Order: sequence, then C-alpha cells, then structure tokens
Amino acid sequence: MIRVVIPAHLQTLARTSREVQLDVTERPSLQSVLDALESAYPVLRGAIRDHITLRRRPFVRFFACERDLSHSGPDDPLPEAVATGAEPLLIVGAMAGG
Amino acid sequence: MSSVRVLVGTRKGAFVLTSDGKRRDWHVDGPHFAGWEIYHVKGSPADPNRLYASQSSGWFGQQIQRSNDGGQTWAPVGNAFAYDGVPGTHQWYDGTPHPWEFARVWNLEPSLTDPDTVYAGVEDAALFRSVDGGASWHELPGLRGHGSGAQWQPGAGGMCLHTILLDPLDPQRIFVAISAAGAFRTDDGGVTWKPINCGLRSAQLPDQDAEVGHCVHRIAMHPSRPNVLFMQKHWDVMRSDDAGDSWREVSGNLPSDFGFPIDVHAHEPETLYVVPIKSDSEHYVPDSKLRVYRSRTGGDEWEALTNGLPQRDCYVNVLRDAMSVDRLDSCGVYFGTTGGQVYVSADAGDSWAPIVRDLPSVLSVEVQTLA
Repeated sequence: MIRVVIPAHLQTLARTSREVQLDVTERPSLQSVLDALESAYPVLRGAIRDHITLRRRPFVRFFACERDLSHSGPDDPLPEAVATGAEPLLIVGAMAGG
Repeated sequence: MSSVRVLVGTRKGAFVLTSDGKRRDWHVDGPHFAGWEIYHVKGSPADPNRLYASQSSGWFGQQIQRSNDGGQTWAPVGNAFAYDGVPGTHQWYDGTPHPWEFARVWNLEPSLTDPDTVYAGVEDAALFRSVDGGASWHELPGLRGHGSGAQWQPGAGGMCLHTILLDPLDPQRIFVAISAAGAFRTDDGGVTWKPINCGLRSAQLPDQDAEVGHCVHRIAMHPSRPNVLFMQKHWDVMRSDDAGDSWREVSGNLPSDFGFPIDVHAHEPETLYVVPIKSDSEHYVPDSKLRVYRSRTGGDEWEALTNGLPQRDCYVNVLRDAMSVDRLDSCGVYFGTTGGQVYVSADAGDSWAPIVRDLPSVLSVEVQTLA
C-alpha cells in the first residue's frame, strides 16, 4: 500500500481526502505511483504531469522522507519507507506567485 | 417572469449572479472552483442549464467543468487538448521560432443548436471542438495550418484564440480572433480558414497593413446581421460590413481607441459599447473616470455613459471577455473590472449600478436571459 498526499486544490478536484492509499503492483516509482493515482482518479490526468509527455508540471514537486524527488527519473525506485507505506509520497504545489 | 443569470469568471473562482427582470436585487453564488483562474463561463443557447467553464491554474493546468443545472453543481469533463499532428512553430516574442504549446482555454463557445457541441479557443492559439459535452476535444487544424501560423506571435497576454463567433444564419461560417495574429473566417465549418484583416493598420508591425500579425482584442456581431462585424483592436475600433473582407476605422470621438471589450445592443444592431482604456502600457481608464462609450450610429459618433460609474480616482481595466448584454426588452448591459466590480445597466447604458464591488479581478462576464 502506497500513501500519497495530494495538495488541497487537487483534493477538491478529485473529491477525496488529503491522503489517498493506492495498490501499486509494480515496483514503486514515481511513474507507477502516478499511473495508479490517475487510474483511481482520472480527473487528475494532466494536473500533475503533462497528458502526452508525462513530464511533471513545472510548479509541481514530489517530496518524501524529507527529500526532493522532483528531479528523479520516472522509473527510479521510491524510498523503501514509501514503498512499505511507512511514509507518504507528498505531491506539493511549488512556492510560486508571491 | 423573465430573469437573468450572470456568469462571472475571475482570477480566483467563478460566481453566478442572478436576478429577476428588474435587475435591482441580486443573489451572489460562489466562488465555484475557489482559487483557480476562471477564464470563461458560458451557457448553451440550446439548453440554458448546460454551462461550460474553463478552469486553469499555473500549478495544475487546465480543467473544463460542466454543469447541467444552471451552475448549481459542476463536474469536470475532458481536459486533454492535443494539437493535431506535429504542432510546428510560431514566432516567440523575440521573433525566433517557438513550438506550439498548450497553456489554457481562453474562450468556450457552445453551439447554437446542440448542447453537447462546444468550441474552445486556446493558448497557444488554436481552435478545438467537442461534440460529446466536453468529454473529448479535437483540434480544427485548418486554422493553424492555413499557411500563416508560423508568423503568429504572442501579445503580452500570450498567443491566445480569445473570440469565437458562430454565424446564426450560416452554420458553416465561424469567425475567430487571435492575439496577435488577427481575425480569421471559415465558410466550410472549420475545414479551411482565411485571414480577414484587410483595412487593419498596426503601428507595431513593420508592414502596418500586413495580412496577419494584428493584435485584435475582440470582435462582436448582432445575430440578425452576421455580415456586420465590430472590432476592438489593440488600438482602433473597426467595422466591417462584408463579413470581415474589409474593415474601416470607426473610433471617431473616443477619448482613446485602445481597449478590450466591444459589444452590440440586443435589439439595436447599430448600437455599440466599448470601454476606452488609456494606452497599451497604462491599462486603466482615461482621466481616472470609468466610462462606457455608446454609439447609436454603428461607430464614429460616441457618447460617454457615466451615470452611476466612478468619475474620480478610478484605475481599473475591463478585459476583453468582461462585457455582455441581456435580451430583455430593455437591454441590460454588464461589465466586470480588474478591481472586482461587476456593473449592470438595465436601461441600455443610461444608468449603472454595481451588482458586486469586491470580487477577485474579473476575467469574463456572460449573461443568460432566462424565460
């Protein structure tokens, strides 16, 4: 079970709570977790990463275990604590706009 | 008794303002989509309870919301806007080639006859259509592909397709306007397009009467005379009597011919409204007075409408989509400001009153006249 914390605006959009729990059958990576998130909440497609290129939107960040994973490769394994559900993957709207 | 529903898009959400036909007492509902930029909300002429809203965010991109109950409840629909084929390039601000990149939907224009068909004007400029109530979107690529697309360039607000006019007498004819490319027309339902900018002159272009490159801010028509078009250009108010084949300036005695919105009285096809703005760098009203100007002669001769509007210390702007008219017997005129006010005139502009004074900066105002 992977825990994902999503930002307030996307909670409203997806009509869900702050933290969602996902079954990820593949080895947990940013790509496999986001695939599972978008499968569970299709309205989030395009809101976190581009529809076509699947690149992270510029003002979205991925944090976990006090590390910034935003620039990790899409298939890089997530930290063990995220993979085991001990820690959540945080999807964060970047500081922007003053 | 008739009533009106005013759909207001702002920098931080959408608001639905309702009143009876007297237009004195108002109910304010919102914000819907709080915190998101709502570039446009518009209802279907074929089913007034079907509304579409463009919801966007610098963080989380584009959403399209749909309501089937007049704005009481909303649901997100499709938000995938993929350009047809290889998008190619347009000019960037510095004149270098820049790949076409989708940024947001500026304008939504529902079909006049089918609530499930809706057009979307987007940045970077292109026209999309949905025929399934917004669930999926497909570009009409003939517009970008007609030959001049590589020469289009963004205005300060981005390279946006911001105006879509559907000809009520000819379903194959559509007009669009793009900043900063100009106006375009299709006569075959969107398959092929041609620029319709003959007569426009823009000092910002090396060839001032170039075929494309003009920063058209808004075009408007009266539904009874779709061959007569009115345009607020970056500078200049223009008129065409031949569906855009040629234009002539009708700025006349306006204190400034810079501005954004232009609209036509619901029952008088020669009565126009504009809001002059001081200049392209001073985006506020001239002389610190908020004045709508009305022409009853199809342009050239304009009168200032000031009754009920602030006439001192006012420095707001009125954006291109932020003016609309209702269709009640005494035509109502509405506009919203960057200061968050939405004004109504229930007597065609003779007198004005604020509906609300303190919304977020207003991006768009549309009015539905309900039975």
